[in-house]
Amino acid sequence: MLLLAVVVFNFILLSLVPGDIADTLAGESGGASQEVMDDIRRTYGLDRPFHIQLATYVGKVVQGDLGTSYYFNMPVTELILGRVAPTLLLVVTALVLAILIGTLFGVIASRRPNGLFSHFVTVLALVGFAAPVFWTAFLLIVLFVAMLEIMPLSGLVDPTTPRGTFSWYLDVLHHLFLPVLSLSSIYLASYSRLARASMMDVLGSDYIRTARAKGLGETSVTYKHALRNAVIPVITIAGLQFSHIFSGAVVVETVFTWPGLGTLAFESILRGDTPTIMGILFFSAMIVIVVNLLTDLTYRLVDPRIRSARNA
Amino acid sequence: MTDRPATAPESGPETVRIERPVVEFLRMYVRNWAAVAGFIVFAAIVFAALFAPVILAVDPFEMVRMHFTPPGHDSYVLGTDNLGRDMLTAIVYGARATLVVGGSAAGLTIVIGLTIGSLAGYYRGWVDEVLMRITEFFQVLPPLLLAMVLVALFEPTLPTVAIAIGVVTWTGVARLARAEFMRIRELEFVKAARSIGSRDRRIIWRVILPNALPPLIVNAALTCGIAILFEAALSFLGLSDPNVMSWGKIIGDNRDYLLDAPWTVTIPGVAIFLTVLAVSLIGDGLNDAFNPRLRER
Repeated sequence: MLLLAVVVFNFILLSLVPGDIADTLAGESGGASQEVMDDIRRTYGLDRPFHIQLATYVGKVVQGDLGTSYYFNMPVTELILGRVAPTLLLVVTALVLAILIGTLFGVIASRRPNGLFSHFVTVLALVGFAAPVFWTAFLLIVLFVAMLEIMPLSGLVDPTTPRGTFSWYLDVLHHLFLPVLSLSSIYLASYSRLARASMMDVLGSDYIRTARAKGLGETSVTYKHALRNAVIPVITIAGLQFSHIFSGAVVVETVFTWPGLGTLAFESILRGDTPTIMGILFFSAMIVIVVNLLTDLTYRLVDPRIRSARNA
Repeated sequence: MTDRPATAPESGPETVRIERPVVEFLRMYVRNWAAVAGFIVFAAIVFAALFAPVILAVDPFEMVRMHFTPPGHDSYVLGTDNLGRDMLTAIVYGARATLVVGGSAAGLTIVIGLTIGSLAGYYRGWVDEVLMRITEFFQVLPPLLLAMVLVALFEPTLPTVAIAIGVVTWTGVARLARAEFMRIRELEFVKAARSIGSRDRRIIWRVILPNALPPLIVNAALTCGIAILFEAALSFLGLSDPNVMSWGKIIGDNRDYLLDAPWTVTIPGVAIFLTVLAVSLIGDGLNDAFNPRLRER
């Protein structure tokens, strides 16, 4: 239902664009006669009334057909599927890293609420929020590429490396390092602050006092008993923010010319490649919805109360 | 704090001295040095933006010297960029676009979010159902991507950019306002207002809204920061008015020369960073001043 709304909205929005594919192609080839323009419009079905076009598009989307890219002249679905792996690699790695390290920072900070590390987490959260992600990326490039010269500047992999070999995977990881670091920096900062706050909440609760009273060590109390509950808000926010992380990926991908959906989206917007833009908007909405479902499933994994409540 | 002698004599000898809420609020705010620092930095940036033509009577687009003059060379404090334009002038003028777009986008975000959130939280039922579906709809679309599409569709002017940012970022405000309205509408004084026959419009604006304001004001500071970051990202990507200097645009124009002239990219970034940092420090300060009890934890 939500996805259908997204499809219809995209279609209506992008139909508002002045000029169409015929104008673009004619412009690129230096002018075309009216007949040729009409012919192009007929090929793409643009001569038909609006509601028919909309219905045709929705019908095709249901069958997994997102139309044909004006620029690449190939199916948008194919185009997107070819670009989705690098983006997912980037986004998921950054997200997992941000959640793990953020939670760890939060836990360490919560053990001494007024300690040095706790203040560090507060400052980190402020800095992480205020730093624009492309700026962070450029600073990292200046440090790691220009000064230390240990990281590659851009791209997914060195084109000379033979594909599929072990060194190829290693090279991808090498190229992945800076984009992931830039993207996760924002979320790492806010998750560590969130994890600290929720740990401090949990550590004050009765069942933690019980655990301590029965003589459990502090490590066991923190990591086995408290952490499980403290991580729930982090997962909730991470799930809710997934569409934002996807947005961040667009910027990071353009900075590092990472060959993913973000770069494709940006270039398609500049080229006015309407079917591709609609396809990417639809596809990213779909991913966000799937991630929200996964977030729900993760709750069940982390919180046994939710598991039993659903099974009952 | 200078107001204290003025207010003190008004209270009777036996009563506990109650300060006006505004004074107490200010006192709490001033105690937080980080928030004061944030305010001072922000005020300085606003001042620079307002008086840019007075401080530096040069066109920020004018090419004044060789391109890539390093900072500190020949009285060009921050150096020049890829076209030999003075970086200091660009930064001072850039503050205008950033603040105007960021500010109006944040205003729009709050207006949309507050309207939708308050109606949903107050009326509940089918109104809530419909408005929350719309909110969900905007939550599943990546905000920056949608803003990019909107700017590209319509003309890349400052108002378009501000509207695009407002359209994609209001969901958080809406959810917060909805939660507050749902909580407050069940409280006694709202029932009292209803029992004396106040109309819905009066209850929403005059009874509930003032009580829902503190968290919304704190959130407004956050919203401002986010709007500035969005403006920076859009103009960095070249999806803003090409004829208006802004911080993101300076970075976008010079990104290809990052390794040769790093200052052209890092310095405007510092400006964005400081502005957003100042705004969020103000937000933290407001939060602490509204909830004095939180501080003692």
